[in-house]
Amino acid sequence: MSAGGIKPARTFQQAAKVTLANPQMRRNLRHATTVIREKRERAVAELLDWEALRDEGAAVKDHVMARLSEYLLDLESAVKARGGHVHWARDAAEARGIVAGIAEGHGAREVIKVKSISTDEIELNAALSERGIHAIETDLAELIVQLAEDRPSHILVPAIHRNRAEIRDLFRRKLGAELLTDEPKALAEAARLYLREKFLTTKVAVSGANFAVAESGTVCVVESEGNGRMCVTMPDVLISVMGIEKVVPTWQDLAVFMRLLPRSSTAERMNPYTSFWSGVTPGDGPQEFHLVLLDNGRTDVLADEVGRQTLRCIRCSACLNVCPVYERAGGHAYGSVYPGPIGAILTPQLLHLEDKNANTLPWASSLCGACYDACPVKINIPEVLLYLRGKITEEKPLSVEAVAFKTAAWVMSEPHRFEGAIRLARTGQGPLVRNGAIHALPGMLGGWTDTRDLPAFPPQTFREWWRKRPAPQVRGDDGNAQTSEGEPVAPERTDDRGPV
Amino acid sequence: MTVDLFITCLNDAMFPRTGEATVKLLERLGHEVRFNERQTCCGQMHFNSGYQEDALKLVRHFVETFRDAEAIVAPSGSCVGMVRDLYPRAAEWAGDEALLEEVNALTPRVFELSEFLVKELGVEDVGAYYPHRVTYHQTCHAMRILRVGDAPLRLLRNVKGLNLVELPAVEQCCGFGGTFSVKNADTSTAMLADKVQNVMSTGAEACTAGDNSCLMHIGGGLSRLQAGTRTVHLAEILASTEGEVFA
Ligand code: SF4
Repeated sequence: MSAGGIKPARTFQQAAKVTLANPQMRRNLRHATTVIREKRERAVAELLDWEALRDEGAAVKDHVMARLSEYLLDLESAVKARGGHVHWARDAAEARGIVAGIAEGHGAREVIKVKSISTDEIELNAALSERGIHAIETDLAELIVQLAEDRPSHILVPAIHRNRAEIRDLFRRKLGAELLTDEPKALAEAARLYLREKFLTTKVAVSGANFAVAESGTVCVVESEGNGRMCVTMPDVLISVMGIEKVVPTWQDLAVFMRLLPRSSTAERMNPYTSFWSGVTPGDGPQEFHLVLLDNGRTDVLADEVGRQTLRCIRCSACLNVCPVYERAGGHAYGSVYPGPIGAILTPQLLHLEDKNANTLPWASSLCGACYDACPVKINIPEVLLYLRGKITEEKPLSVEAVAFKTAAWVMSEPHRFEGAIRLARTGQGPLVRNGAIHALPGMLGGWTDTRDLPAFPPQTFREWWRKRPAPQVRGDDGNAQTSEGEPVAPERTDDRGPV
Repeated sequence: MTVDLFITCLNDAMFPRTGEATVKLLERLGHEVRFNERQTCCGQMHFNSGYQEDALKLVRHFVETFRDAEAIVAPSGSCVGMVRDLYPRAAEWAGDEALLEEVNALTPRVFELSEFLVKELGVEDVGAYYPHRVTYHQTCHAMRILRVGDAPLRLLRNVKGLNLVELPAVEQCCGFGGTFSVKNADTSTAMLADKVQNVMSTGAEACTAGDNSCLMHIGGGLSRLQAGTRTVHLAEILASTEGEVFA
């Protein structure tokens, strides 16, 4: 059973150590992200209006966020008008209860699922299993994660951290598949045989939703394997769980995201399968449809002026694929179904900035900005990271670190104090310096010198040099050096110290 | 032009040679260089670590120090990034309208050295001489916040004797990230390991960049491995001439 949820069991620092110490996983991640990064860049470069499209995507989302309740009510009445049922879930427990109740009501022992992060967010599989209902993932990567009793580590490619040989072994063990090769085709075939039977025999399906169009009550799933289409058409009952931020006003608006999403996520011009369904159609497809609208912390995020942009996210995973921290630490380090840069800002906010482990996530970034450049809806992730760092730090009681920063600010707000501190450090560093560098620092700073040297403070600061230098020189119009008063001077000044 | 130097606290204390090179270079190009001794630190470290109130003190101090400057030039992409991109945020989040106004009036006059030379002054050949094999690391803030583009490369290509070799995966962060390097030391080290490997693969004698914080990080890794490649700030290369070797 693949675990899920958004509450990290450990801090980012602790969790990252595990992946960092796993060379195979790091190679898998590096390979996968490098390939997809390059492909995405090419796919995006093909569109001349990419930047305008990003602006449009951001604008539509912002518009929705400003009038979210209105569009959700529109969506609700449109879905109902077409014979569907709508449920509102305040939190994960409520959502789990709703879905499990419906499945139970139909006497289901098995449900098929198509990749839906929101059901991972609410830990649906575990809740169903408690009631004796087995949830079967039908997305190939999700299936791999489920069979391996692993956690997803990527939004789009949950098994990105696995390579083909590992998957072949897994299928041999769990599906009894007698595979001769680890070719993708052979692996897919083994999964297909297993899933086909499930599609034909299972009566209840659970899906997520990429978008929902308010004007017509249409729900949409975007995927590449066709399994999603099977899930939303074959069973008798379909339950879709979607975060409340996924609503868009019109089909026109949806078109913007249909262009942004595939290129950002899989570097495709168009994704292979886009399925739409509106309520129920007698005699065609599921005859019972439930839409579960999930809040689970989202209205809190919405209420925050800076944090709000997080809800623009269309889960394309472009930010993960370009993130140097994700590439090294891996998805599991984020301890949530939302890994990478988006996870670093979404997870702590969904938990109301009250979860100690999740609150380490905003620091899991070097602020290099690659995520912001890649994001198709222009979420300024670095800005939100900094903002959250501020909010979380504010709440902290006076820690050693806080005192250090306060002292530093006091020192640095006056030049003479700053100079004094440098002089002090210069004298104090004596015992630490060997061959002009510092190889081991005490306390918190030891993290640096475990793997890196630090240069020693040089004997003279810039400002000390500046005070000692001869009168300023500038070149006059004739190209000859002169002082700022226009007096000619010798062009070369001799320095009182040699090259460092 | 009268140029006010913002040397930045790290350069002042740890890399004075970079400041000296900046002075030398700008004076050689005919500009009057000033150094306001009231300056200290831009507050980036505080702001990025979540200590926004403390950072605000330094933001105010910076604004007061440089209020009357015509052009403020710093040999540090990340500090200029802090001023241009994050000072407005700092003022906004603190709800300080007056400060925001001052900041907005100041930021268009703050430049990173290479962008100042190429984009403001239109100079690409600064008459430098540096007969070494050099690779250039594109620092994140210069690239993605300041959008300096190929300004540093244009300058380097015009340095006599310099053999510029391309750094693989040049757009990848070195893993410094200020306190990130200490707080998430393991992840930071993993990022650095790849960067160092890429630098070494070029066979360069020196790796250069426009920011000593990144160079301190990369240099720290190279030094620990005794790699035989050093780091040199761009300003020091540009200041070097046949008459005076700066770096
Ligand atoms: S934050 Fe942006 S880039 Fe990341 S998954 Fe969401 S939409 Fe995609």
